[in-house]
Amino acid sequence: MIVANKNKIKDMADNLSESGAGRSLWKDARIRFMQNKAATISLFILLAIVSFSFIGPYFAVWSYEQIDWNAMGSAARVGMPSIESGHFFGTDDLGRDLYSRVIQGTQISLMVGVLGASVAVIVGTLYGATSGYLGGKTDQIMMRIVDILMSIPYMFVLILLLVVFGRSIGMLFIGIGLLSWLDMSRIVRGQTLNLKNMEFIEAAKVTGVSDFKIITRHIVPNLLGIVAVYATLLVPGIILAESFISFLGLGVQEPSTSWGALIKEGAGTISYETEWQLLFPLAFFVVSLFCFYFIGDGLRDALDPKDR
Amino acid sequence: MSLLEVNNLKVEFETADGIVNAVNNVNFSIDEGKILAIVGESGSGKSQTVFAMTGLLDHNGSATGSVKFEGEEILNLSNQKLNQIRAEKIAMIFQDPMTSLNPYVRVSEQMTEVLVHHQGISKSDALKQSISMLDAVRIPDASNRVRMYPHEFSGGMRQRVMIAMSLLCRPKLLIADEPTTALDVTVQAQIMQLLSDLQKEFGMSIILITHDLGVVAGNSDDMLVMYGGEIMEIGKTENIYSASTHPYTQGLMTAVPRLDDSEERLITIPGNPPNMMKAPVGCPFSPRCKFSIDTCSKVSPVLINVSKNNHLRACHVATEEIL
Amino acid sequence: MINYIIKRIGIAIPTLLILIAVSFYLMHAAPGGPFTSERPLPPQVLANIEAKYGLDQPIWRQMINYLWGVITQFDFGPSYKYHDRTVNEIIGHGFPITLKYGFWSFIVAVGVGIPLGAIAAIRKNTWIDYLAVGISIGAQVLPNFVMAPLLIIVFTLWLDWLPGGGWNGGAWQYLIMPIIALSTSYMASIARITRSSMLEVLNTNYIRTAKSKGLPTKVIFFRHVLKPSLLPVISYLGPAFVGLITGSVIIDIYFSTGGMGYFFVNAAFNRDYSVMMGITIVVGSLTILFSLIADLLYAWIDPKIRY
Repeated sequence: MIVANKNKIKDMADNLSESGAGRSLWKDARIRFMQNKAATISLFILLAIVSFSFIGPYFAVWSYEQIDWNAMGSAARVGMPSIESGHFFGTDDLGRDLYSRVIQGTQISLMVGVLGASVAVIVGTLYGATSGYLGGKTDQIMMRIVDILMSIPYMFVLILLLVVFGRSIGMLFIGIGLLSWLDMSRIVRGQTLNLKNMEFIEAAKVTGVSDFKIITRHIVPNLLGIVAVYATLLVPGIILAESFISFLGLGVQEPSTSWGALIKEGAGTISYETEWQLLFPLAFFVVSLFCFYFIGDGLRDALDPKDR
Repeated sequence: MSLLEVNNLKVEFETADGIVNAVNNVNFSIDEGKILAIVGESGSGKSQTVFAMTGLLDHNGSATGSVKFEGEEILNLSNQKLNQIRAEKIAMIFQDPMTSLNPYVRVSEQMTEVLVHHQGISKSDALKQSISMLDAVRIPDASNRVRMYPHEFSGGMRQRVMIAMSLLCRPKLLIADEPTTALDVTVQAQIMQLLSDLQKEFGMSIILITHDLGVVAGNSDDMLVMYGGEIMEIGKTENIYSASTHPYTQGLMTAVPRLDDSEERLITIPGNPPNMMKAPVGCPFSPRCKFSIDTCSKVSPVLINVSKNNHLRACHVATEEIL
Repeated sequence: MINYIIKRIGIAIPTLLILIAVSFYLMHAAPGGPFTSERPLPPQVLANIEAKYGLDQPIWRQMINYLWGVITQFDFGPSYKYHDRTVNEIIGHGFPITLKYGFWSFIVAVGVGIPLGAIAAIRKNTWIDYLAVGISIGAQVLPNFVMAPLLIIVFTLWLDWLPGGGWNGGAWQYLIMPIIALSTSYMASIARITRSSMLEVLNTNYIRTAKSKGLPTKVIFFRHVLKPSLLPVISYLGPAFVGLITGSVIIDIYFSTGGMGYFFVNAAFNRDYSVMMGITIVVGSLTILFSLIADLLYAWIDPKIRY
């Protein structure tokens, strides 16, 4: 009985969605996203990298902290990538397995990217939506604050923060996230201004729905598209920021590592002819960033009706 | 000889979803000093018809057929050659005066550049002429306001600026693409009055594109009704008004709300404009037509004379049945 | 316009004060003072040192003293670590270096980025467009800390064309790689922004109007397309400048150019707060000044901004 009903409903839904003009925004967007080859391929590559970072450890011969005393100090001769030694990506100068370290770095960099972006998205969306919705003087003051913060060289402040409060991953992604919501808030505000004048918002207002409810129930859901696009573009930005900090040696601490820290090590030892130390983390870093940018672009083209 | 003659004009757009047939086999002509109104719903291909004539189609659009201006073929001319015709012989004004003027350039510069480029006169002379043209379109305090930016004008005033700008080179033909659609009703009437005054003063021809039959009535000599990229009916405006012979034109006429009408409901034409993705088979209006017969959806009707006054219609159903 | 300038300066000054106050507060909120070391000093000695640097006074007093010194005498106080050097000396040494390669990087980013984006937009969907888009996407995933080692591998280790680091008074051989490493990703962003904004402008009604007026393509481009297309680029210049300054830290470390970034990171590792603060303030003033200039430029182009 239930099954039959379900099928019926599904049929009805199919009929509805296929009958002419009424393709939904999201379905439409998905179709257009799938037509974008670069974006689709990027999505698959990125999924592959993510799953590799979870499945990869099961194939590792060495853990990321373990030291191969044979390779220590003579990475150039002994530590090259090979299947026999179990160092698929080679070792670093301390004899640590690069395969495991790259996997760990991937996990941490992606995590910082996603968590940092979430912080930025939540703060930026609420701030921008509030500012745009309230309008007038409040909007002016709120946006002025964003302008002010924008012209501050935040990396210097972030380094100051890390030095003063001590280095930790938590501090890192909160710091980066809290400092990168500015763009987000501007974009969301602009979109909110457009939304604000639409009939369904006015209708809600007229029927006495509270401002807070209008923002959370009506404005924010309608901002999802644009937020999704910029969140995807924000992740690589935050990964870049984290790598920058780690590159300076102020980010994640040993034995943990991240792409930036690995690239720094690899770059520092480049004159010892151990180029795999640079190339493996660099490849993961560059390919992932590429994927994020292509996916972001694809999403934007798919969701932004302006380009149609 | 007519000023402008359009024969078998076809416009196609290549889109990601396939080819869109925006205009199909359009034929018409306009004589000197006349006003021709092109009427149709949005998406009927009326704007694309004139964009094709002046080479302003979007990059993915292409036009075939023939457009003769003063006896010379101008369709698909090179940009360089078209630039000698644009503004000098055929000028255009557009629907939305808010966005059709460059917001970052002073009105003076947007006007004088036309004269400096086409007539090679000095900037100061061009400015004088621009000011007197602004006077002619009745913009108060023109000599000061010419230095302003577009956003400092109201909507109606901006459309006046557009009109003045288009008339600087005394073109023979003015194409007005929905010139009053974006304006308030009272301003609409003023702009139409201004256009018809200027038309007499300068002795030019006007192609007036509109979806508003109220605008057509007092302001045109001939009219052409388009639907789905094809011409439905064409003839003298007064003839069509007194006895429209096409179901679509009739539908349009009854859809115009009248103050003296006692009926309370607005009359509309049922259905939606056609999907232009499909190759045209039969009459594009047949799915919405209440007189539709079998032939309508299979065979494209051709334009046939209704009366001696060059009144043509494209319809399979006999005139008597419709009237 | 003058009103706008005054208003805009009215924002810049409080911004700077906020930046100073925040960094000053952060510095003092740090657990352990600047003189905390592994071997604890006798309390009396510590108190003496703190009195010498004025650290025994209430924090607001310290801040006012500090500010007063900065404003009236441009004096950022002594370094906490290098007792023989003042912060002024350190900044005086590093600043001209940062300024020199920073300036050229900025010129390259703007001077290459805008034409590249413009050509891509005008020749949309041709090989030039694809090439430009490819370059700009590629360059976006090659930030300065990736570019720097890659450049050194290619031009120093493999080709042996350019010195792998050093400054040597800013001779051109020593400038090339820092400039390329620093400017590439911003050049790419500027090209992308220019391309997309120009495509948008090319689709506007007013460009159609300009075409209908029979103007030559060149006139349409320079008079009608260029200005509005550059507005988004101008609003990006502020953040780009911040990014360039930030990136100089990497350049100084990687190419041993000896700019301010080097001293900043050193200070960060040594907890040399007065140097960190001095540099943050100088850099902050620069970026605030620059975003002020960018905003004024924007207002000058966009007639709708007339407060």
